[in-house]
Amino acid sequence: MKPPPFDYFAPETLEEALSLLAEYGDEAQPLAGGQSLVPMLALRMSRPAVLIDLRHLNELRGIAMDGTGLRLGAMTTQAEALASQQVAQALPGLCDALHLVGHFQTRNRGTIGGSISLGEPAAENPAFALALEADLELCSVRGTRIINATQFYTGPYSTARADDELLTAIRYCPANWARIGIEEIAQRQGDFALSGLVANLEIDGHRIAKASLAWLGMGSTPLRAPSAEAALCGADIATLDLEEVAELALGDTDPLEDSHASIAYRCQAGRTILTRLLGRLLAERSPVA
Amino acid sequence: MSDHDITLSVNGTTIARRVPARRTLLDFLRSDLGLTGTHAGCEHGVCGACTVLVDGLAVRSCLMFAVQADAAKVSTIEGVANEDGTLHPVQQAMHDNHGLQCGFCTPGIVMTLKSMTEAGKSASRDEMAAALSGHICRCTGYQGILKAVDLLSGRGE
Ligand code: FES
Ligand code: FES
Repeated sequence: MKPPPFDYFAPETLEEALSLLAEYGDEAQPLAGGQSLVPMLALRMSRPAVLIDLRHLNELRGIAMDGTGLRLGAMTTQAEALASQQVAQALPGLCDALHLVGHFQTRNRGTIGGSISLGEPAAENPAFALALEADLELCSVRGTRIINATQFYTGPYSTARADDELLTAIRYCPANWARIGIEEIAQRQGDFALSGLVANLEIDGHRIAKASLAWLGMGSTPLRAPSAEAALCGADIATLDLEEVAELALGDTDPLEDSHASIAYRCQAGRTILTRLLGRLLAERSPVA
Repeated sequence: MSDHDITLSVNGTTIARRVPARRTLLDFLRSDLGLTGTHAGCEHGVCGACTVLVDGLAVRSCLMFAVQADAAKVSTIEGVANEDGTLHPVQQAMHDNHGLQCGFCTPGIVMTLKSMTEAGKSASRDEMAAALSGHICRCTGYQGILKAVDLLSGRGE
């Protein structure tokens, strides 16, 4: 249970960090809060030759609101985001999601960006970013590019981030009238979800104008549910059959069987969660304009 | 593997050491400094036995490298009681409410609750109870610990 040997760097500036990443490429692993990476090292599931610790990079911390949305520096800890008035006001759904991430003690170090870049399929941050179609800012010595979260998750624990790139910021731009929520079922509080769902609904009068749904724990990556989203789009809320939507949404998943839950259990949990979450969001009253 | 010089404060004492990069803060405290009050349970972030305070925040010392604690202020269970041996209010509450049996999980739990009840903090009973989900106790069934939490949050008698 001890990590394998590695060389450690703690660059003082972003430029320095990016040139180290350019130099070491796939031998290096950026270290953010370490709440997933360090267990993976201890269990020898990951053996990078070099760790590049981002802890001195203050330019990667902080939360800012502007006309278009909420920008979170990738090294913002989950605890910092939970304590932020700006997040609570602009995106309360993110607080609901962050309360489900690990424990009080791991949220003190775990970061939003670290979690999104790892892409653990049963984690809350990646599914939240996917459902909200967050813009992810990737930097390297070659320059900066923005990629949408919908393009980011390419396979099990693999993402569109190149080896020399660093996730530096996450930008959420929810519609003002969006109803955003998360539900999950886990064996114990703080455990990874056996099944979970993030929903982002835009309501127009008695209809759903736009819907995005992202599953967690229901496949080898965080997953959108396009067939259910298509059925929800334009649907009349009064006549909506949530059980039918749940079947469509489950059809978009590819759950795995492991020692924690069978496929059938995960699907049953998914059904329950989806009807509960969408039922709750659709029952919310629109804010009076 | 790289080695690093670090200087940090542990329970108010300044300490300078050279550590290999992969040494966890947990192993550093226990093996390099002999502070074995911080317990090593799972060593991969699941049990909470290794919880210490780093710059006032409760963290798992098995999920942090000693080199990352360079320049930090670390508090461990050894620094919690008063110099004359009288117990800290969290320790006293755990003692009075049978919040421990074998004591393996206890140092971690005390550090978490200490961080939440320090001057200027006003964690509610429910917040403290939720933070306990980060600790596994195999003995008590948690009821005594929850009673201590009631007392610390001003709800108990
Ligand atoms: S030893 Fe650190 S959480 Fe178990
Ligand atoms: S008192 Fe024995 S594990 Fe908690």
